[in-house]
Amino acid sequence: MRPINIQLILLFLCATLTAGAHTLRVGKNGAYRTVAEAIGQAQPFDTLLLDGEVFFETNIVIDKPMTLDGQGHAVIDGEEKDEILVIDSDSVVVRGLTIQNVGHSFIKDRAGIRVRERNHILIENCILTNTFFGIYLQKSNHTIVRHNVVIGTPGRSETFTGNAIHLWYCDNIEVAYNTVKNHRDGIYFEFVNYGSIHDNYSEQNVRYGLHFMFSNHDDYFKNTFINNGSGVAVMFSKWITMKDNKFLDNWGSASFGLLLKEIYDGELSGNIFRNNTIAIHAEGANRLTIQQNVFEKNGWALKVMGSCFDNHVTGNNFRGNNFNIATNSKQSKDRYDHNYWDDYAGYDLDKDGIGDVPHRPVKLFAYIVERVPISIIMLRSLFIEMINFAEYIVPSLTPENLVDASPAMQPYNL
Amino acid sequence: MNKILKYSFIDLIRSNWVISYTAFYFVATFGLLVANGDISKAIISLLHVITILIPLISTVFGVIYFYNSRDYIEMLLAQPIRRSTIFLGQFLGLVLSLCFSFVVGILIPFLVYGVSVSGYLLHFLYVLVAGILMTIIFSALAYLIALLNDNRLRGFGLAILTWLLFAILYDGIFVLAMIKFEEYPLDKVSLIASLFNPIDLSRIFIMLKFDTAALFGYTGALFHQFFGSNLGVVLAGFALLVWCFVPVLIILAKSNQKDF
Amino acid sequence: MINVQNLTKTFGNLTVLNDVSLEIGAGKIVAVLGPNGSGKTTLIKCLMGMVRPDKGGMYLKGEQINDQSSYRTYIDYLPQISRHPENLTPRELVRMLGDIRQQPAREEVFVDLFELEPYLDKRLKNLSGGTRQKVSIMLSLMFHNDLLIMDEPTNGLDPTAIIRLKDYLLEKRRENKSIIFTTHIIPLVEEMAEEIIFLLEGNIYFQGSVDELKKQQSEPNLERAIAHALTTKKASI
Repeated sequence: MRPINIQLILLFLCATLTAGAHTLRVGKNGAYRTVAEAIGQAQPFDTLLLDGEVFFETNIVIDKPMTLDGQGHAVIDGEEKDEILVIDSDSVVVRGLTIQNVGHSFIKDRAGIRVRERNHILIENCILTNTFFGIYLQKSNHTIVRHNVVIGTPGRSETFTGNAIHLWYCDNIEVAYNTVKNHRDGIYFEFVNYGSIHDNYSEQNVRYGLHFMFSNHDDYFKNTFINNGSGVAVMFSKWITMKDNKFLDNWGSASFGLLLKEIYDGELSGNIFRNNTIAIHAEGANRLTIQQNVFEKNGWALKVMGSCFDNHVTGNNFRGNNFNIATNSKQSKDRYDHNYWDDYAGYDLDKDGIGDVPHRPVKLFAYIVERVPISIIMLRSLFIEMINFAEYIVPSLTPENLVDASPAMQPYNL
Repeated sequence: MNKILKYSFIDLIRSNWVISYTAFYFVATFGLLVANGDISKAIISLLHVITILIPLISTVFGVIYFYNSRDYIEMLLAQPIRRSTIFLGQFLGLVLSLCFSFVVGILIPFLVYGVSVSGYLLHFLYVLVAGILMTIIFSALAYLIALLNDNRLRGFGLAILTWLLFAILYDGIFVLAMIKFEEYPLDKVSLIASLFNPIDLSRIFIMLKFDTAALFGYTGALFHQFFGSNLGVVLAGFALLVWCFVPVLIILAKSNQKDF
Repeated sequence: MINVQNLTKTFGNLTVLNDVSLEIGAGKIVAVLGPNGSGKTTLIKCLMGMVRPDKGGMYLKGEQINDQSSYRTYIDYLPQISRHPENLTPRELVRMLGDIRQQPAREEVFVDLFELEPYLDKRLKNLSGGTRQKVSIMLSLMFHNDLLIMDEPTNGLDPTAIIRLKDYLLEKRRENKSIIFTTHIIPLVEEMAEEIIFLLEGNIYFQGSVDELKKQQSEPNLERAIAHALTTKKASI
């Protein structure tokens, strides 16, 4: 789908074909005692093999194309003094390393691995623990970050922890199969285009599981975002595809599964939203297709605020949510059809699987709560259930055109 | 008083009413546990039982019991005991049997499902206590209404009206007032208003002890703060106890002046 | 034994007892008579403390009983309609009342008198109306006090039971007990009562023996004497 893979293959071909490439061993039994020393002596396209021991080093600058291989057992420990690996060359591979203890700073965004405006970098199979920022890519293109585990220190507040995987001004990026945990944001994207984020697992980050801004033409799929402080935020972006992700257990006073703000022309499909206070909070979301998603056991499934236009909500399952749809506007400019609503009370006489009576998914109480938030304390009051029912029979206050004219009788198998 | 209580209690728990009431709880609770498959969900489902059904049943049963036992009360009045003893004993017999139904009916299914080791024991106890308080409050109100109204139809109507007032009308006025005064800060007023309706008070209190608390969001922060603090729990408990004691005290005062 | 002074009771604007004073001596059978609404039951309920008089004093053996409760230990009272907890058995009720009154109950007499043995362990709700009335009489009289107050005691009883009750009461009379009862049944009054208190619209119209009433109304039998009394009363209004 993206040209990056081909380019990387070319890169490796170059590396192996380059005549005179050497392998340098670092460690007690190797020729070099420190990583920095080995890098200083290495030729471009050499491979550094690190022995299984702990190297206490900081600010290791990789300034030529090479492969740094920890072989799954080497550890570089920064002893909380400064950042550890700085990649300052194109075509660098870092793999199999454990990087730990960067220590936080208020002056500098220290990182476990920093890529400084260089391209064609591969970072894989690394474990980063207690790094302030984990992997930090600034202005790097055609880079892959995969199969890494980035775990911060639990219980830190927002200011004492950085992002696990942080990307700033990058194009053609793949972030895949990473586990990110206990950081400020699990994955942070700002000005990142043509990126692919997939199969990542983002859990228990203080702020967002994924924080995504000013980034266009990105795909993210098959990721799991679970129990993050505020969920996932996708803002000010266009042409985003979000598929087959799981948004789970983002449960708190101000938590949501997915916050959509100023998003245009995206697609959300096959995602599962379960146990979130608000599954999707959309503000200024336009021309999105929201289909075949599962909304289950959320406080609010879909909160559509003003200035949302031309979104198409179709073929989704809405089950066991306190509120399926909430909105603060009297008019809806979105389309709803063929969804399964667990509170649909109509019938299907012609047995075509589609309810014969349109469904109005906005409950009166949802409308009242949007208008007077404190009225949420009336949740589960008998009076509320009664007015909800009355409004369902004789609609008067809820948006009159927010209707699913073809509600599914049975839930979809999603 | 203990003797009156004892025999009223024995009489009541043998009655078909109370037996079916217990059986209902038993079946409904098992149903909730099976349907939810999850103790915490089942406990929160009990919320409607506590805030709607218990008040209704206690109200209806309180009125019927008073009217049905009027002749028995006359017989007791001919005995060498004080009126306060008779009425308190009878009322407590009523409350005790209703609480017995409720507690036995829901406790056994929950114990079978292992509530005691589930980590939700405290939540369950909250619900249990709230149910008991609702039973006391609404049977006291019903008993008082029946005591004050010799006309059974009128008494029954007034009792149902009282239930309607607390279960529905109060919330209706509450919500309308919220919408009417939406520009004003409403959280403090709402908090105070919730203290004046025992149903709202226990409903909000229980919801805040569960996951549903998150739905309250920042707007409900004051409620969180209040019911989360020891002072709040004590005040809420105190308000509910006032709701229990005031009707009972009026029952005692009024029963002393009444002709039978 | 019983002394009532200036007893007045009104319900709303209806005066049920109007400044009633009376004295009932010990060791007599006294019948309280009067048409419906004349205040018979209210008078008795005042004595039992179930109705609070607006004014007036009531004394039992010289001691004031207004607003008291302990004097009731010395009275066996049978209310007009008596119902007991439906799901208890007669035996349990016997135990309960003994418990409440802290007096020994001797119910065997009535078990024999009314042949109640087979019903003692059945719940009240399963008993017939007549049996229930017998149980009520047993529960009321089983403490064998010196003063018996009964409101319509023969209500719902079959003839055999009435005869047995009468015999029992006469026997008690011989034991020098005081018996006060209200009734509509004139033969019962003629047969048993030594003294009549005749209430009419909240006033004592007559108090004295059966013979005195007949003489006063110049009628040969009690039924006619009462009817005469009622018509003259109406004429005078």
